[in-house]
Order: sequence, then structure tokens, then C-alpha cells
Amino acid sequence: MSVRLDDTTAGAVALAIDQERFRQGSSAVGRVLTLVIVAEESSQSDAVVAAATAAREHPSRILVAIPRPGRGPARLDAVVAVGGSEGLGELVELRMRGPLSHHVASVVLPLLVPDAPVVVWWPGTPPAVPSEDPVGRLAQRRITDAAASARPLKELAARQEGYAAGDTDLSWTRLTPWRSLIAASLDLPHDPITGVSIGVQRANPSGPLLASWLHRCLGVPVALRATRGPGVTSVALHTEHGDISVSRPDGRVARLSRPGMPDREAALPRRSPEGLIAEEMRRLDPDEIYGECLAGLTEVEPVPPARAAGGSGSRRRSTRKGSS
Amino acid sequence: MSVRTRVWDPGVNPLRDPRDRRLPRVAGPCSLVLFGVTGDLARKKLMPAVYDLANRGLLPPGFALVGFARRDWADQDFAEIVHDSVREHARTEFREDVWNELCQGIRFVAGDFADDAAFDQLGQVVRDLDRVRGTRGNHAFYLSIPPKFFAPVVQQLKRSGLSASDDGAWRRVVIEKPFGHDLASARELNSTLAEVFPHGSVFRIDHYLGKETVQNLLALRFANTMFEPIWNAHFVDHVQITMAEDIGIGGRAGYYDGIGAARDVIQNHLLQLLALAAMEEPLTFDARDVRVEKEKVLAALTLPEDLDLHTARGQYAAGWQGGELVKGFLEEDGIAAGSSTETFAAIRLGVDTRRWAGVPFYLRTGKRLGRRVTELAVVFKRAPHLPFSVTDTEELGQNALVLRVQPDEGVTLRFGSKVPGTQMEVRDVNMDFAYGDSFTESSPEAYERLILDVLLGDPPLFPRHEEVELAWTVLDPVLEHWAAGGRPEQYESGTWGPAGAEAMMARDGRAWRRP
Repeated sequence: MSVRLDDTTAGAVALAIDQERFRQGSSAVGRVLTLVIVAEESSQSDAVVAAATAAREHPSRILVAIPRPGRGPARLDAVVAVGGSEGLGELVELRMRGPLSHHVASVVLPLLVPDAPVVVWWPGTPPAVPSEDPVGRLAQRRITDAAASARPLKELAARQEGYAAGDTDLSWTRLTPWRSLIAASLDLPHDPITGVSIGVQRANPSGPLLASWLHRCLGVPVALRATRGPGVTSVALHTEHGDISVSRPDGRVARLSRPGMPDREAALPRRSPEGLIAEEMRRLDPDEIYGECLAGLTEVEPVPPARAAGGSGSRRRSTRKGSS
Repeated sequence: MSVRTRVWDPGVNPLRDPRDRRLPRVAGPCSLVLFGVTGDLARKKLMPAVYDLANRGLLPPGFALVGFARRDWADQDFAEIVHDSVREHARTEFREDVWNELCQGIRFVAGDFADDAAFDQLGQVVRDLDRVRGTRGNHAFYLSIPPKFFAPVVQQLKRSGLSASDDGAWRRVVIEKPFGHDLASARELNSTLAEVFPHGSVFRIDHYLGKETVQNLLALRFANTMFEPIWNAHFVDHVQITMAEDIGIGGRAGYYDGIGAARDVIQNHLLQLLALAAMEEPLTFDARDVRVEKEKVLAALTLPEDLDLHTARGQYAAGWQGGELVKGFLEEDGIAAGSSTETFAAIRLGVDTRRWAGVPFYLRTGKRLGRRVTELAVVFKRAPHLPFSVTDTEELGQNALVLRVQPDEGVTLRFGSKVPGTQMEVRDVNMDFAYGDSFTESSPEAYERLILDVLLGDPPLFPRHEEVELAWTVLDPVLEHWAAGGRPEQYESGTWGPAGAEAMMARDGRAWRRP
């Protein structure tokens, strides 16, 4: 059940949420956080579907802020949906027109769930420094997605430049299953690692982050090799007696090999947006490891420039969206 | 940022950083050998839990699942059985890739528990898995079988060399309750197991301890400041722990007759819950530290002097339960007409510590009760002085903190509040926290957590034999007293137990909560 409020105010929207809650007889539902999605009209619907799915795991108030700059007077239109098909949470679409489109935070602030943490997600282009953005400043956790940009590697560099504790990027989140498999492979006794090579789709921002992580933890040279993808395609840890490797050419099933052991397979599917957002919402404290890997990016051997961001290649890939 | 200089330490994984909370703990290479694959538990809980773990990426690549049963099956027949059970009962979505990978590691060995050749073949299968799947000699044996078979199976594992492992590899055995039927038999079982497996390799599953809400009891008590200060005899009047089932014994007559509610539930689940609720703060949440505190509580338990006055037992009689006419216990198939097995048991216990001196703990469990519910209620004392007139507080009960273990997991705080209006009138209200509202829609099944813990070798949630024996020490006198004379009272199905249970509370000036 949704309620439309045209040319309204944040106060009226807050009242509408409360009334809907009350009408459904569940005024004391524990929403654990507020998720603010700042998106353009064109990209908001996929993000909202992902967030609404993730909200089944983390009941939240989802505020979708859609700035629509342009001439004409300042005006706020809202659609409030509570419970029902949106799971247990609340979904509020806020369209801010005219001069109001530059003051998103003024609408969002009164609608935050009291005491609960705030997460902001820019599914499209984020502000240059997320932590200094007026909406970003309200949040404990700021989610960006370098892979969604037209020039992912440049975007990643911007994330490094403007990093503050509490930032996170979905190109890092996409790596969790990979990192988990690789870490598990080193739980077993193994020879010293002498070097690492990683195969990754051109201009995929997850590749450099993975390289930085392995470089940071293992202290050995890491080489990035551009492949046709999809996403990360292989990681090989070199040892004296052969490689400990994980390769996933098809984006579905990974083959694991190591010296002296039979090859094994493991499902390693590319991840859905809702899975990524759910993972982000699971922990709301700053991700220090991400921060360190981002900082360490410059130490990693860069992807050969000819194959890196820029040129027609990256534009073609950007339509596919990165996913590891 | 400078890279740390690295000295290769084989015991440390350089990729694991305690701050890296995204990385889950994944079990190392291993297999799970399941005895009793045709049972309900295996079909509805264990096999689906294995799939759910695989789907969540928590099982090692190359993981193997071996079934052992007296069936004329090939590997693929067993795989079919697992497939059906996964499709029907798994919690997470079915993914073809995950299933295919799991399926490659499924093996089946046909045989009898007395059949040497079958166990030798099992040994061969396990060695093959080490070679083909890279399980590296790590194998867990899950005995989902009636307890009378524990000894022969464990002996077979020893005889066939399956219980022994090379350096660096492990063999573990997992057993389900009941852990004996009294102190003597529990000790016998422990020594049977100890002959073959070292203490640290025996995992006793009490699935209640794998439940989120039970683990939340520790968080509630020890992560917060507002509960622990009143968690003692100064403020607590008494504690009620209830595990009620609405079902009867169903097809379990063979198991249940002669065992009864006290052995089936109080000895394990309820005494474990009591221990967690009453224990002091452990130094850490390491298995050893928690166990020490639990054992102290179990050792401090006291029984009332007159067991007739402060315990109750009953048998469900025919009746209407939730709109359905159901049979009485004595009319169930496979139950002797003169059976004195109790289907309802309630006892009062004291905890002889300074914290709990004088605070009774009431435990009750039963079948065919009003509804299915497990909860732990801490009932507080009345305020020593009420600056209200008697009529103002007529509807005010005692404050209570209720931990709802299942269903509708959560915590309820019950306290008095003014009724709106001009008069001062105070009435009880609830403040509720529900897991489903604040956290994930479907939290992992207890068995997922427990199976993973077995494979990781992480024992905090598994009771040790010392705890099992202490629990029997408490319960044995009650069971002997009951066996010595009298019969369980009949109670109508669908009610909250026999009149004796009410009387036992009334003698103390208290009443059972209606959960």
C-alpha cells in the first residue's frame, strides 16, 4: 500500500510513514537502520529493487532521494510505501525539483530513524568526496560503486583520493567470495609464496583492489594481467613447487589447484546487487582493510596502460557493469 | 604504506586479519560420514544443513558427504536421496552449480553395523576421498542413530582403523542425545567413546545451543549494562524455563517409552539453558572458560527435600487439541497400557550460590501442551513499596524478562504502565524485541552452525561429558523417586499439564506463566 504526496514537506512525509505504520498495527517494528539511496531517475529502480530485497535481511527505512535539477520552483514529491511487498521495511521515494535538488540533506535529515545508523548508497556517480557531501556526512557508512562509472579505474583513484573511514565500494564487496576462497587455501600448510598473478577483465576496478590486498598481506610482487573476463578470472599464488590457483573463466564455477592435491571445483557465481548491499549492511563499522587496500593501490603494478581505462574499450565494458 | 616484512610461519595465515570481518570461517578439507541417513533428522535437518553451508560458501572445496546405511544403494541413489531432501527442506535457494559440486563428493557405503566388511569398505572409500577429493585425512563421523548402536559403531570405527588419524589430520565423532539414561549409563557411554576418541574429538550435539536466541542470552547478559546488575537474588523472584510441544510422541514410541520427558528434555536442553542463564561471567567465550562457568552452576544445583511436593509429572490423556481430537499417551501405538513413562515433567531446583540463594528455578516440559513454545522467563520481585493505593495496582503483575527461544524468537520485557485516563491505574504491558523485525528474515538453522563448528573443531556450543554427568547427578534422584512409586497424573491434551504442576507452584505462592 503506498501513499502519494505531491508538493509536500519532510514533516508531512514523516507523518505519513507513522500513519501507515499505525494503520498496519505495527508501530514498534525494529528498523535497524536508514538506507539513503541517492540516484538519478534513470538508475534508481534497479537500486531500489536490490535494496528492498536486502531489507528483508536488514529491516530498514529506505529513502530514495532523486534530485531533479532544472528550472521551476522548489518542490518535493514523495511516495511512501510501508510493509507489504517491500518486506518489513519502509520505502520512501523523494523527488526534489528545482533549487531543492541541491539540498537533498535537508529533506533526508528529518526522516532518519532515530538513533539507528545511516547508510548512504550512490548507485551511479558519487560526489567527489563522499564523506564531505551533505548527505554523506549524515551516514556512518558510504557505499559507492566504481564499476558503475564510465571510467572505473579513474573512479577508483578518486575513491582513494577522497577516502575517509566508513567509505566502501562495491568493487571491494564483489571480492569477498574470492578472498574467502584464497584465504581458505592458505589455511592449509603451504610453501612460501614467491609471487602472485591475477587475471582480470580490463578496467575492472576489483582487480587492483584484490592485487593490493594480496600484496599487502603477502609482501610479494603481484602482477595484474588483463583478460576477457568476466570480472576476476584467475588468481595464482606462486610457490617453489607450483601454483596454488583459483581460476574461474566462466563466471560461475571455480577450479582450485594446488601442488600435490587433486583439482577441485567450487561454485563461485558473480554476485547480485542485493547480495552486495546485504553484505554491506551486515557490518556498519569502518572497513579498515578496504581503506588500507585502497591506500596501497599505488604500490601495485598497474595494468598495462594500453589496456587500462580510457578509450573505446572501457566505454564498451562499462555497459556490462563490473562484477567479480 | 609499507609492506610488513614476512617471516613464513606455517601456523599463521597471512590473509586472515581479525579486523577483516567480511571473510567467513571456512572449514578445511574434510568429509562428513553420516550414519543413519534414512532417519528423519538426517533427511529434514542434517542433509539440508550441509547443502545450506555449501551454498553459503562455508564448506571447503572438495568436501565429501558419505552415507552409511543398510540399503542396497549406489552412490547416485544416495545422491538422489540427498537431492530430494535438499530440495524439500533446505533453507537457502537451490543452485545447480553448488549442488553439482556437492554431488561430486557424495558416496554411499551399504552395510550393517555388525558387518566388518562394510566398515573396511568405508575405510577404503575414505582413503579414496583423500586421494580424489583432497580431504587430507580429516573425517567427522555423525552418529544419527539410536544410542544402543553407539558402542558397536564406535568399536567398528576403531577396529577398521577409521578412528585413527595421521599427524595433522583429525577424526571427530558427533553424537546426539540422549547421552545415557542415568548417570551410570552416561559414564559407560563416555568411557566407550573415550576408548576410541580423545575427549576433544567427541562432539555432543544439543541443537538448542546452536539456536541464535540461546546464544543471544550470552549477549543480552554480558554485552549490556542494564540487565546484569539485577540478575541476582536481590531482584529476581524466580526463573521459569519452559519447553512445550503441541505434538504427541508420534512414531517414536520405541524411543520414548521408558525415557520420558525428564530424560528427553530436562536433562539436556533445560539444564543447559539454566546453566547459561545462571552462570557467572566467563573470562572469555572460549570453550574452556564457558564450560567452567556452566559446570559450576550445574554442580551448585540442589533438589528440594520433599520431591513429592516440588516436582510434578503427567501423561497426556485423550482430548481436543487446537480443534483436533487426539489420542492419549497410553493409547498410542507401541505404548504399553500400564506404562508409567511421563510425558510432562516439572521440577524445582535451587542454585546454591550467593547470586542465586533462595531463588527457585522451575523447569517444565511436556508433550501435547497448549502450544509449541520454548522460553526462559526471569520473573522479578514486586517493588518493596508501592506509593499507590491497592486498587491502583490491582492489575500490576511482576516484572518479567522473557527470552523467547522458539517460535517467534525474541525478548519480551513486561512491566507496569499507567492506563490512560484520569485515574491512576497501573497495568502490565509488553515491550518486545523480535528477531524477525530487527535482523535477518531467516537466520541459519542451529544444525548449520553446529555442523560447521564440528568441521572447524570449535567446541564452545557442545556440552562436555562432565556437564552431561553433572546433569544426571541432579536428575537421577528425581527419576528414582518417581520410579519408586506412584504413577504420572493424567492431563487433558491441549492444556498446560497436570493439576499437580499447578499445585506445586501454588505451594510456593507462585503460578506458571501462560507462555
